[in-house]
Amino acid sequence: MTEAALQSMGGTRVGEAGRENALRRFTIGDAIFRNATLIAALGVLVLLGGVILSLVIGSLPALRTFGFGFLTNQSWNPVTEKFGAVPAIYGTIVTSVIAMVIGIPVSLGIAIFLTELCPHALRRPIGTAIELLAGIPSIIYGIWGLFVFAPFLQATIQPWLIAAFADVPGFNLLFAGPPYGIGVFTAGLILAIMVLPFITAVSRDVFVTVPPVVKEAAYGLGCTTWEVVRKVVLPYTRVGVIGGVMLGLGRALGETMAVTFVIGNAHRIAPSLLAPGTTISATIANEFNEASGDLYTSSLISLGLILFVITFFVLAAARLMLMRLEKKAGK
Amino acid sequence: MKSMALYGRRRRSSAITMGLSVGATAFGAFWLVVILATLLWNGVGGLSLSVFTSMTPPPGSAGGLANAIVGSVILTIMGVAIGTPVGILAGTYMAEYGRYSPLTPVIRFVNDILLSAPSIVVGLFIYEIVVVPMGHFSAWAGGIALAMLVIPVVVRTTEDMLLLVPNTLREATAALGAPRWRMIASVAYRAARSGIITGVLLAIARITGETAPLLFTALSNQFWSLNPNAPMANLPVTIFQFALSPYAEWQQLAWTGALIITFAVLTLNVVARFLSNIGTSK
Repeated sequence: MTEAALQSMGGTRVGEAGRENALRRFTIGDAIFRNATLIAALGVLVLLGGVILSLVIGSLPALRTFGFGFLTNQSWNPVTEKFGAVPAIYGTIVTSVIAMVIGIPVSLGIAIFLTELCPHALRRPIGTAIELLAGIPSIIYGIWGLFVFAPFLQATIQPWLIAAFADVPGFNLLFAGPPYGIGVFTAGLILAIMVLPFITAVSRDVFVTVPPVVKEAAYGLGCTTWEVVRKVVLPYTRVGVIGGVMLGLGRALGETMAVTFVIGNAHRIAPSLLAPGTTISATIANEFNEASGDLYTSSLISLGLILFVITFFVLAAARLMLMRLEKKAGK
Repeated sequence: MKSMALYGRRRRSSAITMGLSVGATAFGAFWLVVILATLLWNGVGGLSLSVFTSMTPPPGSAGGLANAIVGSVILTIMGVAIGTPVGILAGTYMAEYGRYSPLTPVIRFVNDILLSAPSIVVGLFIYEIVVVPMGHFSAWAGGIALAMLVIPVVVRTTEDMLLLVPNTLREATAALGAPRWRMIASVAYRAARSGIITGVLLAIARITGETAPLLFTALSNQFWSLNPNAPMANLPVTIFQFALSPYAEWQQLAWTGALIITFAVLTLNVVARFLSNIGTSK
């Protein structure tokens, strides 16, 4: 057997010396291939390290100039070269919160529909349709948001919100001012649509892992579908769902093009959600190529560093939760 | 009587929440339809042969997207050509040589983070390590930036697919006296082929529409240029610039480009899904 293999792999010489040669070639070939794969695998680690290192180095000039004040300063003035990250961080967080407030219930609703209610034949087509939302490039969301969605909001929902909450204390500040169409609110809504497929996909996958016996037992006790979902499915999959939500949050925080089109690019913090604002990623996308001077560029890279650190922790938390669940499922 | 009322209330609350979940699904599907319909509505009018044959025009005159389409194809090929081998090799290490190595979970974790990392940060990174040392924007930089987005997708699918290959196949190959690299190259890769190809297609779909990492790497170019050492036109950045311009011709081209890119990406997605279904149903 071995000889036959050696003949086909290592040439025609079958003597002792030929066999040793072939074996040596095998060992060398294996060492080369093994090391090539190892280097590629280590390359993945190097990439992450390189991203962090290059961002830190790039942001040093700005951090040296502004120090901790970069994180507390509200002004963003390229003329006087005074830069602070607060408006961008604020916009990033507020748009992501809006996206989550709308995206989480809708995604969970879709996942519940797909796993509990939907007829089997329709599961795949409907699931695919939702997943295709993730396939649409973000620039398409941007151009659609600017030319279709924002004018629609400006004409309908925003005036209605302003009128409806005009007399409600607190809310009248959130929904104040003229309906611009573009702004923090619109960006948040588009982000909500964009995170739907991510949260839905993870939730659906973890909902499916609930053992049918447990659900059947609950149904046997007379529970309604909603009670089964709320008391059995959700508690069983809680960690996974939170992981999926964090994954969606990571997407929302770092999303660039869609937000850049509709946020309005105003470096200020307005109490009204309808006012234009900016996010970290939109600021970088808009200003990086026009940034003149090292301090300006470095400030933008510092923003990138802040964004990367925030998303890193969110995504790391998401992965740790999902890994915990996988371990549980594997046992 | 009381218990009947309670029963009715429970039934009602279940019906309401289940109704809401149906509504949520309709809500999600609604946006897909609306976005695609908008693209067709605004984009089809501008579709003509000249879109594929003429260059991007100066403001106020007619033209096409030929240089942007070709540039996008070149950048995508560069990204895939650089990213795929690295990704497949890394995935091979994780599934074959290093399956039980303590390094593998660490790489998997880091890879998953890279998979969802904001693409604009990738653009900044490549700007720092490629554009700044070279001193100018270039298609190389754009291709490398896209490769960085390809790698995590390919690593992930390669590892997953190789893990699905039954160990009996590996043992059978080893029993024939074949070395390990031979086993991986001729048996494991072949068994996992459709899955790995799916991964590459998904990676292409992902980078085809990426704009943010190209903004400060490949930049864009108004002219026909195949020089990888110079800025290269590409569809996403062209759409970005044209859509935000005040000129009607440019905006029309942006919509048409958006239509082309979306249908290219969605087709890739559907084909990849189809391939992976074939692969898993076997």
